[in-house]
Amino acid sequence: MMLPLLIVWLMAGGIIAWLIEKVNASLSKWIAFLALAAAFGMTLAWWMQMNTSGGLNVWLMQYDIPWIPDFGIHFHLALDGLSLLMLTLTMFLGLAAVLTSWHEIQYRVGFFYFNILWVLAGITGVFLTMDLFLFYFFWEVMLIPMFFLIIIWGHENRRYAAYKFFIFTQASGLLMLLAIVGLYFVHGIASGTYTFDYFQLLNTHFSPQTGRLLMLGFLAAFIVKLPVVPFHSWLPDAHSEAPTAGSVILAGLLLKTGAYGLIRFVIPLFPAAAAEFAPWGMALGVLGILYGAVLAFAQTDLKRLVAYTSVSHMGFVMLGVFAFNALALQGVVMQMITHGISTGALFILAGSLYERIHTRDINRMGGFWTQVPFMGTIGMVFAMASLGLPGLGNFVAEFLTLLGAWKATHILTILATIGLVAATAYSLRIVQKVFLGRSEQKFTLPDLSFREKMILVPLVVVIVWLGVYPQPVMNTVKEVITLTLNPTDIKPTTPQISDKDIQKGGTHDRK
Amino acid sequence: MKELLWLIPALPLAGALILILAGDKLSRAQAGWVGCGSVGLSAIITLLIGFEFLSSPHPYDQLLWSWMAVEGFHTEFAFHLDALSMVFLFVITFVGTLIHIYSTGFMADDDGFARFFAYLNLFVCAMLILVLADNLLLMYLGWEGVGLCSYLLIGFWYQEEKNGYAARKAFIVTRVGDTSMAIGLFMLFQAFGTLNIQELMTHASQTWQVGAHAAVVIAFLLLGGAVGKSAQLPLQTWLPDAMAGPSPVSALIHAATMVTAGVYLITRTHVIFELAPDAQMAVGIVGAVTLLLAGCSALTQYDLKRVLAYSTISQIGYMFLALGIGAWSAGIFHFMIHAFFKALLFLGAGAVIMLLHHEHDMFKMGGLRKKLPVIYWTFLIGSASLAAIPFVTAGFYSKDQILWLALAGEKGNPVFYAAALGGAFITSVYTFRMVFVTFFGHEHTHVGHDAGRSMTVPLIVLAVLSTIAGFIELPHTFGHVTLFSDFLNPVLPTVALKPELEHLEVLFQAIAAVVALSGVYIAYFFYVKQPDLPTVIKKAVPGLHHIWFTGWGFDALYNTLLVRPFVFLSTLNKNDVVDKVYGGMVTFTQYCNGVLVRTQSGMMRWYVMGIVIGAILMLTLGLML
Repeated sequence: MMLPLLIVWLMAGGIIAWLIEKVNASLSKWIAFLALAAAFGMTLAWWMQMNTSGGLNVWLMQYDIPWIPDFGIHFHLALDGLSLLMLTLTMFLGLAAVLTSWHEIQYRVGFFYFNILWVLAGITGVFLTMDLFLFYFFWEVMLIPMFFLIIIWGHENRRYAAYKFFIFTQASGLLMLLAIVGLYFVHGIASGTYTFDYFQLLNTHFSPQTGRLLMLGFLAAFIVKLPVVPFHSWLPDAHSEAPTAGSVILAGLLLKTGAYGLIRFVIPLFPAAAAEFAPWGMALGVLGILYGAVLAFAQTDLKRLVAYTSVSHMGFVMLGVFAFNALALQGVVMQMITHGISTGALFILAGSLYERIHTRDINRMGGFWTQVPFMGTIGMVFAMASLGLPGLGNFVAEFLTLLGAWKATHILTILATIGLVAATAYSLRIVQKVFLGRSEQKFTLPDLSFREKMILVPLVVVIVWLGVYPQPVMNTVKEVITLTLNPTDIKPTTPQISDKDIQKGGTHDRK
Repeated sequence: MKELLWLIPALPLAGALILILAGDKLSRAQAGWVGCGSVGLSAIITLLIGFEFLSSPHPYDQLLWSWMAVEGFHTEFAFHLDALSMVFLFVITFVGTLIHIYSTGFMADDDGFARFFAYLNLFVCAMLILVLADNLLLMYLGWEGVGLCSYLLIGFWYQEEKNGYAARKAFIVTRVGDTSMAIGLFMLFQAFGTLNIQELMTHASQTWQVGAHAAVVIAFLLLGGAVGKSAQLPLQTWLPDAMAGPSPVSALIHAATMVTAGVYLITRTHVIFELAPDAQMAVGIVGAVTLLLAGCSALTQYDLKRVLAYSTISQIGYMFLALGIGAWSAGIFHFMIHAFFKALLFLGAGAVIMLLHHEHDMFKMGGLRKKLPVIYWTFLIGSASLAAIPFVTAGFYSKDQILWLALAGEKGNPVFYAAALGGAFITSVYTFRMVFVTFFGHEHTHVGHDAGRSMTVPLIVLAVLSTIAGFIELPHTFGHVTLFSDFLNPVLPTVALKPELEHLEVLFQAIAAVVALSGVYIAYFFYVKQPDLPTVIKKAVPGLHHIWFTGWGFDALYNTLLVRPFVFLSTLNKNDVVDKVYGGMVTFTQYCNGVLVRTQSGMMRWYVMGIVIGAILMLTLGLML
């Protein structure tokens, strides 16, 4: 019951935030803030509960009622470790997004927070759904408010960016819908029960050719969202034109739905086809790592630069997912979280700078350290996170991914590791261009305000925590990862695996 | 006492955090106390643990917490203390403390006083983690951490564009080496399923035969990491530019500690290198070639600190040479002595440069002997040690050992010996060139007063260490003290001598002594007696001078081969060629739209025409099919 309540809570919060604008515009942001704070508290409480109780079941909570029974469509939500982590991240970054918009958004405030909360509700739905039809529904729910966020509150070129984002996502989403319907009929014809239920569709038997086609449909939606080169070109435009909160949600959360889709659907539903595709998947990942890094290095628009670093970092997700082993998948999950935090923080910094100097052009920046040392320090931390400095979360993610990928492919792992050198080049360029050097133009910048510190300092704390003690996160997802690699074991009532073999270490991959 | 091991890196970390978070609220005196105090306390704890370790020299492991444990892989935040890490701890904390104290004087008027000590403390912490780590991943954390601090400190005066460039260059070039090291870690993990150093070494010696393919590949990859950090060929180019940082930074990071991390890595994993003779030979070759090339470059520099930078590259070359012939403890001994005298020289040079209002060109100095007696005498002692002046300096004992083993050691050969001996001659020439040009002759720049006590005391202490530290390890022809190698013996194997050469040691010591002294005489002849001669020679062979001066053209090579193509490609594709494809789709659609729009012209005759053509086409098709 709690699961649908979470989604309804966010949606209701959005509607109230919109309506209350008529009374007092600044109440809208408070409503949004409180709604998210409560939701964040709830996800944290679930996580605590999971850690203390241990539980007997991989699925911590389930909610399943028929929605359109004639077509086998259920309103089926379920929570496991992976969803839980993603939800916690969603609420955490959602809070950051609301706080960062506090003064930035002055126009149609109520509708803005409505869209923020509905995007987040859509993301929450995506992370919880165990019914493919419902999944597609939430996939679309994410899209439309995001479209509004970009087109109404974006920067100069917002219309172009918003349409581009919409068309890319929608077109690829339609391919997924085709695949979902295809899977529905294939399964229905073979077994006689027509259903969109995830658990029943697992282990559907189909010919390799059908499997390949259906997988490609799902893959299309997810790798456009992730994004994977060469389907990435919506991302730099959308990220750089969106308002700060939009960029944070896009980079921090929407991209992760692509990664989540790969882990939750592509591999368990089509293990054979995915294994067949794996070399190509890893190659695309490495291409993205290198291509994104080279492009990031050349950019002069700060937000565009950060956007291309996302392309590069998401390459690790692709590489790790298709390496098909537990180590790499742990790395991928870490990457989803740490990239959300570090890139979110970089976008927030870019937004704070924009509020102060009204430009995103790094050639006009420089020498800001003298005036804003606090901001500089935080910028340095996240630039280091982005280049994969050990001690920060991103390193754990990238190292585990590479360590796992090494088992699958040597050449590609070496190329991906070389990407770390390119990451050093672009990350240091950010710091140099913005904070170091001498300032050409005489900007006066106040250092971070209390509100901005309240956003950024927790992000720093979390990224350090994930860098030196990531174990709680890893424990939370280890069962999900084991199951993903053995999809025949996924059942609505999967018992938890004894963790002795994992704690002791030393045992090799069970692949 | 050993339980306090974790405090040794934790204290500087705490210092760094205090200075980062509250640096602007502290007065200079307070910030100085936090900075020096935290490292000083670490030094005291090191000393206490060191005494205990001497009485019971057993390795000690301390587990702090589990870092990550996932299926098939687990690693910890855990420290391993043995004789090797003890030596490094001692050098890092003691030389570190002295340099911190010196910095309170050197940086006294700098705006970024607290920031400087924050970075310096963070560096000490990372370096201590590097040498204490019980697994390679934690070592990698320290390894990258010192890289970060090196970057921050080279670019400390961030307003100068060229400092930022030097800092980024250092970070990126060393990261190339780190990449190689990371791949080495992947391979080690795949081979043995762990990254714990002790376990790895045990597994390696049990599993691999000498010359095993995997061992050779892994050793080469680790060597790649080591040459990056230790500024050896072919990744040495960053170190001369790194002199953009404040002098205490050059002393601590780019002479005494961080640049020797490569030496530490190879020594720590010596089992693998001994199983991979080809790689170990490569270590020796890298060392031999580097020490000669860098020595030649040092001969031609004008900037006092650049002479010292090339000298550092060259001296680390000696350490690599020692490791390459399996003379592990000789390499570590030279590391320690080098840390003392090179830190001393950098601090001395820094003091001179500061007192001369940031004049780096030593040909604009001159005659400082009388004005700055303390700096002069300590600098002279450091130089004597660097040039390995026989019997009285520590440098003689550490370098002579390497020279001797390069020939007489089991894996030694005449080529290595010749390189080392030639290098010794060059070292002595450039060292005393520096001394004579800076402190003798005419005074070119006026200087008012000597340095303050916070700067001179560390100089004196280091000068004493640069002399007496040599006496803990004396050749058996001369005193025969083996305190240092005995201390390291439980960790590092000893080197066997070629029996036919054993009795000749005295002869080769005499040769080394003569070579060092003749180098001093050559420098005296060229720069004091005939000071016009170097210019004449320089004019005679301008090409050679240029190539030495620019560090053998490596920078130009890398710029042409790597940097420029990368920047060119990246700039060329700034607007993303992939996006052009999608843009092309849009343009195409719009074009089709334009064409079709034109058909809707509103003119009856076009419509009728269309109908007629359509009808004809359909009829034709109907008839044909």
